[in-house]
Amino acid sequence: MLTGIEFLHLATTISLGILTLALLLTIYRIIVGPSLPDRILALDMLVAVVLGYIVVIALRTGFMLYLDIAIALGLVGFLSTVAFARFVLQRWEINHAAGEDHLEEARK
Amino acid sequence: MIGEILYYLAGILIVVGALFSLTAAFGIVRLPDLYTRMHSASKAGAVGSGLAFLAIALASFDGAVILRALMGIVFFLLTAPISAHLLARAAYIAGYRPAAGFRVDDLEKVEQIPK
Repeated sequence: MLTGIEFLHLATTISLGILTLALLLTIYRIIVGPSLPDRILALDMLVAVVLGYIVVIALRTGFMLYLDIAIALGLVGFLSTVAFARFVLQRWEINHAAGEDHLEEARK
Repeated sequence: MIGEILYYLAGILIVVGALFSLTAAFGIVRLPDLYTRMHSASKAGAVGSGLAFLAIALASFDGAVILRALMGIVFFLLTAPISAHLLARAAYIAGYRPAAGFRVDDLEKVEQIPK
């Protein structure tokens, strides 16, 4: 029978493996795309997965300062997604005003 | 004794949270278009991070850490839907349409959105 600390250590090892798989799948979506909002969404998901990583490392090492880093990373991820959404909108407005069609990537 | 139980609980929660993150990532890869992928990422992804924060709150035995972890959960549950909604709205206005086979598209009838 494992003690509590040993069980926690085993659990963090397992979750690090699972999170690595999730990270690889998310990176696959970032590379493949196919459109800009898909990549933005995958970057948002990447931030969530890395947040999970940081929390697992905090539990593993018992160094709770990592928690503040995780919260700060969450804030930065949220703000970057908002900024990217504005960018998608403004790119469309500029191209629309110029009479250009930039959506050949989205129409398959 | 109660400390041991909390360690076990935290271990289970962290693995379940990682599994939720894996589900979200799997949904991002497998689902057909941006809007269904968004649904996977913002729901399962937020639950995954929330469970990880909950695990750290259980295993820390420190009031300040528990408070910060709960704040992280609230913050993440607040921001995940907002960012997903903003991105979906921007993408729809910019002309990215759902995949063929979508039955319901309420934004089609909105006047301000150009076709």
